[in-house]
Amino acid sequence: MAEREVLLQVRDLCKEFKVRSRKLGGATQVLHALSHVNLDVYRGETLGIIGESGCGKSTLGRCIVGLHTPTSGALTFEGAPLDYHAKEHGKALRSKIQMIFQDPYSSLNPRKTCKKIVEEPMLIHNTMPDAKKREERVQELMSVVGLDAQHVHRFPHEFSGGQRQRINIARALSLNPDLLVCDEPVSALDVSIQAQVLNLFGRLQKEFGLTYVFISHDLSVIKHISDRIAIMYLGQVLELCDAASIYAKPMHPYTQALLSAIPPTSPFEEKQPIELQGDIPSPIGEQKGCPLASRCPHCTERCRQECPHLKDQGDGHQVACFLYE
Amino acid sequence: MDDLILEVKDLKTYFFLASGTAKAVDGVSFQLHKGETLGVVGESGSGKSVMSKCVIRLLEKVGRIVDGEIRFEGKDVLSFSEKELRSYRGQDVSMIFQDPMTSLDPVFRVGDQMMENLRIHRGMDKAEAKEVAIQALRSVGIPNPEARFEAYPFELSGGMCQRVIIAMALCCNAKVIIADEPTTALDVTVQAQVLRLLKNLQKENQMALMLITHNLGVVWDMCDTVMVMYAGKIVEKAPVKSLYSNPLHPYTWGLLDSTPSLAGEHKSELKTIAGTPPDLRLTGTCCNFYNRCPYAQPICTQCVPELVELEPGHLVACHRQTEQVHLKRGEEKNGG
Repeated sequence: MAEREVLLQVRDLCKEFKVRSRKLGGATQVLHALSHVNLDVYRGETLGIIGESGCGKSTLGRCIVGLHTPTSGALTFEGAPLDYHAKEHGKALRSKIQMIFQDPYSSLNPRKTCKKIVEEPMLIHNTMPDAKKREERVQELMSVVGLDAQHVHRFPHEFSGGQRQRINIARALSLNPDLLVCDEPVSALDVSIQAQVLNLFGRLQKEFGLTYVFISHDLSVIKHISDRIAIMYLGQVLELCDAASIYAKPMHPYTQALLSAIPPTSPFEEKQPIELQGDIPSPIGEQKGCPLASRCPHCTERCRQECPHLKDQGDGHQVACFLYE
Repeated sequence: MDDLILEVKDLKTYFFLASGTAKAVDGVSFQLHKGETLGVVGESGSGKSVMSKCVIRLLEKVGRIVDGEIRFEGKDVLSFSEKELRSYRGQDVSMIFQDPMTSLDPVFRVGDQMMENLRIHRGMDKAEAKEVAIQALRSVGIPNPEARFEAYPFELSGGMCQRVIIAMALCCNAKVIIADEPTTALDVTVQAQVLRLLKNLQKENQMALMLITHNLGVVWDMCDTVMVMYAGKIVEKAPVKSLYSNPLHPYTWGLLDSTPSLAGEHKSELKTIAGTPPDLRLTGTCCNFYNRCPYAQPICTQCVPELVELEPGHLVACHRQTEQVHLKRGEEKNGG
């Protein structure tokens, strides 16, 4: 793995949000959305990020594209610090990393036609000043994502959910980005449409050599599209490994529980569920010990006191759990 | 069978819009027996939610039941008066909606909302209702139910809210529970908890459950019988094991193939169903699936296929799947 180029490096990333107290005049509390996240994204791969709601996966994606400013930690892109506010290359950086949002309905401006939506990034970054060439590029992008090029003058409401997600993808591609951050791009779509869009993602990656950070809560979707998978829980990465080995050899107790909770793939399959008690604890306030400690069946006194860090277990399979030390 | 609880016959629900009539539900028939779990699968817009709303008579004003019959224990539900409906809803048939956060009233305490239900339907006084409600909260696995009883919905997580709603549906001892995507808004680990809970409670109380979902995994896990709906019609209905091992309708094949599976080949191309579902204003003259079906033939555009029973309990509506002709999955594909 050493010879592969690291495109994006996330080091010790923390993001905290201030939460106002419910009581009048009460002290503000701190919500730890991300705590000490370390990740490498290699060029040309798909890194899947999976976790339940509130685990910080979307915050991570938003930190990468610069929609949130991290509280602490470092992001490195192509070997240089990722600073969107840098004077010379800040704007160029933004064109290299694009995002696709979850909701295909609210992420498109309803008052702009498809053409205007897709060409807007090119206007902002002034990559294609010539109007004629720009229009050609829009037509080309439309056919790349599998939309009818004649529909460029339609408004978003005239498209179905799957088609809107394709417009989103066309918009993201319009600047020839290196990295696409996809935040649950298929979870609002029906299975048959979802399969079409997933195939499109696969095809675009082959064609343009794109790198994806693919965020989802659906393990089967993530398994399908990813090369490597990061499992997040309460703002931390608990396990990081190849897509195949997560299913064959889940190590972290949370991953095991997550896999056992997935509905069966056939009516003949008998699952032995590993139950996690209760709900995800609140990320507000001081965090102590392993995030899973309150729900884990293997919890020890040490888990309550110390927080485990990601440790390599061979073959790049990293786990943050005291069971494997 | 005498344990028949709910029977729907040829139900047709149309929405009358300025731009035309949308046939949201177009001739749906099924029966629901005591202790049975019926799964309803289909994409959005296939009419599964509208159908369930018709059964509990909560349809919005723009939609109208134009034809058909709904019988609950032999009584005609469609002729119920408002007063009869009030006892029918909640007491006989109870519904669990998709979004747990919005189906509870945000300005009332959880306990008050549960008590209201009990006092109306079971005529209890306050103290009695509180006891039953707390008992119900405990039975759905809510820790510390006395404290939760006093909580407002926003103080509970999504999974907790959904449990409260299930508890509410249960404490009136409804005979039929309609669950409209009960776990779609929940995370997988919570989903597993809620499904197991529903399963156990169903075993105890012998209630009938109609489970509407688009997640086939949930169907495999929970259901006895499955109905596959497409554009307002049932295209296939079968016992769950038979549907999995021997699906007959091309749409069901597409549905099964396009679901990414954990055991599946990594990064392989998923099989898809080309195109998009039809406009519901234009359906009803031919097979609704013909324009997306790789097996379509001229007859598919000419008349509507009937739902026929090919194997015991296994019904399918397809012109190329009848007593005389049998189509095999993946057979020669003549473009339609």
